Amino acid sequence: MDDTLPTTLIVNGERVTRNVAARQHLSDFLRDELGLTGSHTACEHGVCGACTVRVDGAIVRGCLMLAVQANGRKVDTIEGLSDSGEIADLQEAFHRRNALQCGFCTPGMLMAAQDLLTSQPEATREEVREHLSGNLCRCTGYQAIVDAVEDVLGSRRRGRK
Amino acid sequence: MKAPSFSYARPGSLSGVFELLERHGDRARVLAGGQSLLASLNLRLSAPELLVDIACVPGLTGITVAGDKVRIGALTTHRQIERSPEVARHLPLLAQAVRNVACAAIRNVGTFGGSIALADPAAEYPACAVALDATFVLAGRAAERRVRAREFFRGLYETALRPGELLIAGEFPVSGDGYRSVFLELARRRGDYAMVGIAAHARTAGGRISDARLAFLAVSGTPVLAVRAAAALEGRPPDARTVAAAQAALGDELEAPADLYASRATKLHLARVLLGRALGALAR
Ligand SMILES: Cc1cc2nc3c(=O)[nH]c(=O)nc-3n(C[C@H](O)[C@H](O)[C@H](O)COP(=O)(O)OP(=O)(O)OC[C@H]3O[C@@H](n4cnc5c(N)ncnc54)[C@H](O)[C@@H]3O)c2cc1C
Ligand code: FES
Ligand code: FES
Repeated sequence: MDDTLPTTLIVNGERVTRNVAARQHLSDFLRDELGLTGSHTACEHGVCGACTVRVDGAIVRGCLMLAVQANGRKVDTIEGLSDSGEIADLQEAFHRRNALQCGFCTPGMLMAAQDLLTSQPEATREEVREHLSGNLCRCTGYQAIVDAVEDVLGSRRRGRK
Repeated sequence: MKAPSFSYARPGSLSGVFELLERHGDRARVLAGGQSLLASLNLRLSAPELLVDIACVPGLTGITVAGDKVRIGALTTHRQIERSPEVARHLPLLAQAVRNVACAAIRNVGTFGGSIALADPAAEYPACAVALDATFVLAGRAAERRVRAREFFRGLYETALRPGELLIAGEFPVSGDGYRSVFLELARRRGDYAMVGIAAHARTAGGRISDARLAFLAVSGTPVLAVRAAAALEGRPPDARTVAAAQAALGDELEAPADLYASRATKLHLARVLLGRALGALAR
């Protein structure tokens, strides 16, 4: 029981160990301690999805998980997904479909969209909307984002055949 | 905003949890998924000195069917409930309800026990547990006890949990032959807490409704079992006259106080609309 705890995470494939304040949430840890500023923080109470990251393969709110709770777990951020090429087609579709303007929501949108693309490759447009409902965009609106995700659902399906 | 400072402990056993809760009293808070607690700490709505993370306590996760009961461990996530074939088969009400809980990222982390212990008046599980007459298993340092859901929710965010006690599991009777379930809610945005919702479970054999349990959420501090509406339906086919009688009865038993967004009249209207839709779906 302590205010700071030694914490080890595997972030984008690399092991990192730090002494972490118990109160620090995962998003602040990634941004302030590791300089991974791709995932954003806005509301910090779970409503907007800008902070979405993957922990042990599942998307979570970075602002609603303490860094110490992620001890021993695997964390993937938008930097990792982007550098590995895992979402290159999705990024390209967002660009082509004008699915971003200021880009603030985009890292979270991409994380949530990739989660859907891998877990529900046969998703309908309605299911895309449902899955992205926890991610707010304050400028682009949602049609272009949903269009981009639908494009990639289609192209990955064709790619698999 | 950022959470205030606190200490953090992650005991590996139930007795370790009880010991910390006893030692720190109301300055300690149990941390399960954190999807409500951490949000409220970030908003500085409370300032505990210690969070006792129960994630490493063995035996609190999982869904098991034993005889005519389905047991859901406190740490079972919304996601596990959503994907569970046992829940889909034996507790169709819960299977429908979970799709209305928040969004995918929150469902991956938030837990069954956290939702029950928090007892938000607009949450889905408490109403389902009341409709299905579930029982909660509570444990303290000295003993374990069982409390029926219908007696567990005491008032706004108030439950039968005593200081130092942990919710261990929920036990739901499996849905009986000839029974059907419908969960419906109206929310202002997808994944948001409900403005009004209904968890309905009834026998529908032979085109007649009987033994209806109609639990409404977000119309009071706790889930409300609409017994008069159920009485108006007993043994009848849900034709227009019967449905209207049940809808009328709601006026006497739902408090439906106005909130920031809707007047009492609006809430009552929405509750009646949902009851009509639920009966239509049950009869189908
Ligand atoms: C944006 C947003 C939208 C949401 N929408 C919904 C919704 O539509 N419907 C809904 O039902 N919920 C919703 N939630 C809440 C979510 O479902 C939470 O997961 C749930 O309410 C609490 O579960 P938790 O495991 O995260 O608990 P925590 O946040 O860890 O704990 C909640 C409270 O319960 C206590 N507690 C937790 N577990 C136990 C236990 N086993 N024994 C005793 N006490 C315990 C804690 O001390 C705390 O006081 C939403 C949350 C957010 C952030
Ligand atoms: S910053 Fe985490 S949900 Fe808004
Ligand atoms: S692109 Fe600006 S918030 Fe979505």
